[in-house]
Amino acid sequence: MHSAADEAFRAEARAWLRAHVPAEPPPSLETEEGFAAHRAWEAELAADRWSVVDWPARYGGRDAGLVRWLLFEEEYYAAGAPGRVGQNGVSLLAPTLLAHGTEEQRARVLPPMATGEVVWAQAWSEPEAGSDLASLRSRAVRVSGGWLLSGQKTWSSRAAFADRAFGLFRCDPDAERPHLGLIYLMFGLRAPGVTVRAIARLDGRPAFAELFLDEVFVPDADVIGEPGDGWRIAMAAAGNERGLMLRSPGRFLAGADRLHRLWRARGEPESARARVADALIGARAYQLFAWAAASRLAEGGSLGPESSMNKVFWSEYDIALQETALDLLGPEGEAADTEWAERYVFALAGPLYAGTNEIQRDIVAERLLGLPKGRRG
Amino acid sequence: MRFLLDAEQRAFTGSLDKMLTAADTPAVVRAWSRGVHAAGRALWSRIAEAGVFALAVPGSRGGLGPLPVELAAAFVELGRHAVPGPLVETATAAVLLAGLPEPGPAGRLVPALLSGEALATVAWTAPYALDGDTADVRLTVTGEGLRLAPGHGPVRPSLDPARRLTPLDPGGELLLTGPPPARALVYARLCTAAQALGVGEALLDRTVTYVRQRTQFGVPVGSFQAVKHRLADAKTGLEFARPLLFGAALTLDPADVAAAKVAAGEAAYATARAALQAHGAIGYTAEYDLSLWLTKARVLRAAWGDPDSCRTEVLRGAGRR
Ligand SMILES: Cc1cc2nc3c(=O)[nH]c(=O)nc-3n(C[C@H](O)[C@H](O)[C@H](O)COP(=O)(O)OP(=O)(O)OC[C@H]3O[C@@H](n4cnc5c(N)ncnc54)[C@H](O)[C@@H]3O)c2cc1C
Repeated sequence: MHSAADEAFRAEARAWLRAHVPAEPPPSLETEEGFAAHRAWEAELAADRWSVVDWPARYGGRDAGLVRWLLFEEEYYAAGAPGRVGQNGVSLLAPTLLAHGTEEQRARVLPPMATGEVVWAQAWSEPEAGSDLASLRSRAVRVSGGWLLSGQKTWSSRAAFADRAFGLFRCDPDAERPHLGLIYLMFGLRAPGVTVRAIARLDGRPAFAELFLDEVFVPDADVIGEPGDGWRIAMAAAGNERGLMLRSPGRFLAGADRLHRLWRARGEPESARARVADALIGARAYQLFAWAAASRLAEGGSLGPESSMNKVFWSEYDIALQETALDLLGPEGEAADTEWAERYVFALAGPLYAGTNEIQRDIVAERLLGLPKGRRG
Repeated sequence: MRFLLDAEQRAFTGSLDKMLTAADTPAVVRAWSRGVHAAGRALWSRIAEAGVFALAVPGSRGGLGPLPVELAAAFVELGRHAVPGPLVETATAAVLLAGLPEPGPAGRLVPALLSGEALATVAWTAPYALDGDTADVRLTVTGEGLRLAPGHGPVRPSLDPARRLTPLDPGGELLLTGPPPARALVYARLCTAAQALGVGEALLDRTVTYVRQRTQFGVPVGSFQAVKHRLADAKTGLEFARPLLFGAALTLDPADVAAAKVAAGEAAYATARAALQAHGAIGYTAEYDLSLWLTKARVLRAAWGDPDSCRTEVLRGAGRR
């Protein structure tokens, strides 16, 4: 189905991965030692320019485009390669900078992101601003040459070990609507005035953190776009988070294949037959949906609210797949030190982060189906 | 690499859509359900004229194909407009007959099917054939081979009032000894999956229109989140079945087609359930047109391979890879 040149690219990726993927998976990236091991893996990928294949070459990529990125991801997951510690920066901040940043910002921020030298956290949510993100209260106050940040952010993935963060702050408390008057900027997690407190997730691992900010200085050079324009810029990136860039089909093709092999190894129990078949069907559907989306983008289209549909699909799909695996494992499924268990715990959060599935269903209903807005907001 | 319909394919489905919209298909379905076939047959001729039944038949046998992507796209439209009659069966019969040697009954029957002059039905995966009392050509597939059935048995109604279930009489001319080409079954499934997807699309479209305009508690019922979310899920199910359908049309791999059949059938049926619920009692009435699609969504799930047998095919295919 793909051109010879694309298939050659795929073969090159496969060969590289075969030679480099560690035989033993590194420790979970939600632990301190695992985080370091994953950083080293990012550097190894970057050394041969496999860490961000779709980026422009001058920032460490291969200008490979969406199609080859999808092919790379298929090979990546099929090879059983480690999870990507740089994901937040790569899938959210980088597209934002490429679209709205300055050339100076791109040249400064992107190369160390590509190598894992600087790992980024996303600082959007606050204790009082989850689904209703626009109600956030952390503020940025204008000072000479920059801004002073104060307030509290929470649920910031990997912020316990990450280096820097990007996030939304209120710069104009008098703006007419809560969506206006926000600023989007980058700040250091070890800068003076920042306190990071790790939060354990369900399995006890410090997967995310809350951030307390007390007059943290951010130079003007780290503001993305215009002050006041933060919401628009951040929302453009949120589509990336929900859509393909966060969850390429490769992950689920590999997952469905693993599940199918587990089912066979367990003697093909009838009780799970339909669910295993549905996992195979769902992975294929997601793959072909992604290819269709890639074709649309290649023809100048955009993803828009479709990424909300995408997000609901993959997050529900992932949970169903992991649950089926645990059911197949029977009593062994309780053991928490397996990759199945880790994937299950991770999948449970899918319908929550990147905007809960309730919010995504609202977007599908209102923006794809044209149903009237409810009494929300 | 292309995973979207091209301009020519879109123009083809667009013109089919226009023709079917103008034909007032709900009235045609209702007449067909009462056993009055004149309007249905007239519409049938126009569908045949558009080339729909010729899409699966090779040019050497008078067809336009094989063009499975166009065939799938056409059947989405037929489903969307609830066109009645043995559509899948006629397309499948054309594939079966076009596979036979030229002299003999096939030489005569294929042109009649392609031109819309004759309707065909096939008893193969079910104990009965669809609309055997209306069809001009009745085929039976058994372990022994492919036969031209001499007639049909007593008619039973279907859950879908527009369909009639007819056992076919045994015997008749033996056209082929041994199993017919598996390709014919693949086409039957592909067309059914496409028809189901179209049925689901129509159900969702009509439901969205309805809930925007029906008000309760002083607001449109479509502004209630419980309603919105169920329809958002229906939309998601349909949109992820679509690429499976067109992907399967490209490969014609039996496992891919089976996957498309499961996904489209389940998505259409889930949409039917959501549509009925969102309509309230009016959706439960036969006089309201929604019923024409509601009942079809249920029966298409089992036609030409129920979800269970299709899932088996998917697992078998994954084992091969
Ligand atoms: C594993 C994980 C990682 C995360 N990583 C990050 C990160 O890196 N950076 C970051 O900024 N945030 C992150 N988050 C936070 C995430 O974005 C929020 O949890 C999410 O937006 C929901 O907000 P909330 O948890 O405050 O839930 P709430 O908004 O309080 O919602 C609670 C429940 O009410 C429902 N609800 C709320 N409003 C509506 C409505 N209008 N209609 C219907 N239902 C509604 C929600 O869907 C949910 O079911 C992460 C979360 C998790 C679980």
